[in-house]
Amino acid sequence: MKKTVVALAIMGFGLSAAQAQEMVVKIGSVAPLTGTISHLGKDNENGARLAVEDANAKGITIGGKKVKFELMGEDDQADPRTGTTVAQRLVDAGVKGVVGHLNSGTTIPASRIYNQAGIPVITPSATNPTLTNQGYKAVFRTIANDVQQGSVLGKFISGPLAAKTVAIIDDRTAYGQGLADETEKAVKAGGGKVVAREFTTDKATDFNAILTKIRGAKPDVIFFGGMDAQAGPMLRQLKQLGVEAKFVTGDGGCSPEMIKLAGDSIGSNAYCSMAGLPLEKMPGGAEFRDRFKKRFNADVQIYSPYAYDAAMALINAMAAAGSPEPSKYLASLKKISFQGVTGTVAFDDKGDIKDGAVTVYQFKNGTWVPM
Amino acid sequence: MEIFLQQVVNGLVVGSVYALVALGYTMVYGILGLINFAHGDLVMVGALTALQTMMFLMGVAPGMSPMAMLGLSLLVAVGVCMILAFLMERLAYRPLRNAPRLAPLITAIGVSFLLQTLAMIVWGRNYHTFPQLISTTPLQPVEGVFITPIQITIVAVSALMMAGLILLVTKTKLGRAMRATAENHRVAALMGVDTNLIIASTFVIGAALAAVAGVMFASNYGIAHYGMGFMPGLKAFTAAVLGGIGNLGGAMLGGIVLGLVESFGAGYIEQATFGFLNSSYQDIFAFIILGLVLIFKPTGLLGERVSDRA
Repeated sequence: MKKTVVALAIMGFGLSAAQAQEMVVKIGSVAPLTGTISHLGKDNENGARLAVEDANAKGITIGGKKVKFELMGEDDQADPRTGTTVAQRLVDAGVKGVVGHLNSGTTIPASRIYNQAGIPVITPSATNPTLTNQGYKAVFRTIANDVQQGSVLGKFISGPLAAKTVAIIDDRTAYGQGLADETEKAVKAGGGKVVAREFTTDKATDFNAILTKIRGAKPDVIFFGGMDAQAGPMLRQLKQLGVEAKFVTGDGGCSPEMIKLAGDSIGSNAYCSMAGLPLEKMPGGAEFRDRFKKRFNADVQIYSPYAYDAAMALINAMAAAGSPEPSKYLASLKKISFQGVTGTVAFDDKGDIKDGAVTVYQFKNGTWVPM
Repeated sequence: MEIFLQQVVNGLVVGSVYALVALGYTMVYGILGLINFAHGDLVMVGALTALQTMMFLMGVAPGMSPMAMLGLSLLVAVGVCMILAFLMERLAYRPLRNAPRLAPLITAIGVSFLLQTLAMIVWGRNYHTFPQLISTTPLQPVEGVFITPIQITIVAVSALMMAGLILLVTKTKLGRAMRATAENHRVAALMGVDTNLIIASTFVIGAALAAVAGVMFASNYGIAHYGMGFMPGLKAFTAAVLGGIGNLGGAMLGGIVLGLVESFGAGYIEQATFGFLNSSYQDIFAFIILGLVLIFKPTGLLGERVSDRA
C-alpha cells in the first residue's frame, strides 16, 4: 500500500517535471489576410506555419528544454494603422519574434514597435530600403531590397532591352513608389530617357487615361511598380489601346495571378523581376513546393519560401543562443548563417540579407521563364 | 488630337458605367431622401453572380454560344440583385423609414460592409478573371483612336437602359406612382398608391441597373473582386450629386461629365499645372468636383427638380 503511494507520488512528480520541461514559444506572423492582396498574405503565413510545424516535428530543445512553437497569425489588412495595432497586440501577447509584415507600408511603422519592445522582426517580402535604413537593431529581411532590385531592373531595361525611352508608372505605395524611383535612377544612369512618369493606386482597375497619355509619349518600355492585381488589367488595357511597348514590372507582378488576370493580353513583351532565385532554382525550392502543396493544398504564390526561412532564422538563432528570450538570441540572429530554402540566410550590418539575388523573367509559353 | 479623342472615348466608357450606377442612387434618394451606400456593392454582386453563372454554364453546356452565355448570366445577375435589393429594403430600411435621417444612412453603410463580407466568404479574397465574351480587340474608327466592341456595348447598353428608365418613369402607371410617392408618400398612400410596393420597386429597378453595370464593368476590365463595387459606387454617388441628386437626367449627365473630367484630368493635369500636379490626383478629381458643386451650386448641374424627381 505504502509502496503504491510512493510510486504514484514519484510518477506524479515525474509527470509534472516533464511538463515543466516543455516550453511554449510564440512566434508572430503578420500579413494582409483580407483585401486585395490577401492571397499573398495567406501564402506568407503558410510559409511561416510550415517552418513552425517542421521545428515542432523535429522536437527542438532550447537550453535543455523541449520547445513547442506556436504561430500567432494576424491580419494587418495591408493598412499601416492596422499594422501598428496588430504589432502592439503581438508584443502584448508575448511573442518572441515576428515574421512579417508583407508590405513595406505596414512593416516600416510596425518595426518601431517591435524594436522598442526588443522583439526581432524579419520580413520575408517588404523590400523598401527605408526599413533597414532606420538603424533599428531588431529588424531583418530575408529578401533583396528595392535598391538591389531597382538597379538590376534599370540595368536590364537600358542593357538587354536596349530601351532609349521609358515610361514609369507606380501605385503610390511605399513598395511601388520605392521600386519605381530606384528603377528610374538606374535607367537614367544607364543613359535612358524617362518620357513619362505616371501614377495610379493599389485599388484602381481603370488605367486608360494614363496609358493614353503614355501612348502619346511613345516609350520603348513601360515600367510599372506595383502588384499583380493592377499589372494584369493594365496589360489588357495596353493591348486595347494598341500600345506595343515592352512591359516590365517588379516582383509584385511576377506571380501566376498576374498571368491569369492578364488573360490573352500577355505576351513575350512582358518581363518581371523577383528578388531571389526562381523557386525551381532555390536550393530547397522543389522540395518546398511539394511539401507546401501537400500541407496547404495551394501553390506557392511568391514569398512563402522567404517566410519559411525567416521563421527558421528565428528558431535557429534561439537554439544557438540557448534561449528564446529576444535579448539573449538577438546577438546570434545577427551572426546566423544557414542553408535555407531560398539560399544561404545571413544578414549584413543593417539586417538586409547578404548577397540577395535578383532574377529577371520573361513571359514565355504561358509562364514566367527566368532569363 | 489622337490623344484628345482617345481620352474622350475613355471618359465616355467610364462615365456610362458611373451613370448607370448613379441612377440607382438618385432614384432611391428621390423617393426616400436616403443615400443607399450599399448600392455600389450591388455592382460587385452583379459581376460575381454573373461570373458564377458563366462558370456553371461552361461546365454543363460547353457548346453554348458566348452571347447566349453572357445573356443568361446577365439575367441571373439582374435577378439576384433585384431579390437582394428587395430584401435590403424590406429588412434594413423599411423598419427605419420614420426614424431620423441619420439612422438609415448608417444602416446603409452597415449593409455595404455586410455585402462585401458575405461576398468575400462566398467568392473568396482573390481576384477572379472575368471571361471577356464580347471582343476586346480594338477597332480604329479614326486613325490612332482605339475602341473595343465591349466599350461600344457598354455605352450603347447604358444609353438604352437610361432611355428605358425615363420612359418608365414618365409614361407608365408605375412611373406616375413613383413620382407621386416621391412628391409626398403619405399623401400618395391616401390617394390609393401602395407606397411600400412603389418604394420596393424603386430599389429593385436600381439594383437591376447596378447588376448590368457590374457585368459591363467586369467584362471590360476582365476582372472581378469582392471589393470592386466600392470605388465605382462612391464615384457614382458623386456623379448623382454632381448632376443634382434626385434628378434622373442629372445622374446621367453627372456620370458622363465625371468620366470625362477624370480622363482629361489624368491626361492633362501635368501640362496644365506645369508639372506641379500629376496623375496621382486622378481619383480625387471626383471629390474636388463634388466639393466645388456643393459650395457653388448645391442642387447640382440640373438641379434637384422636386416636381418630377423619382
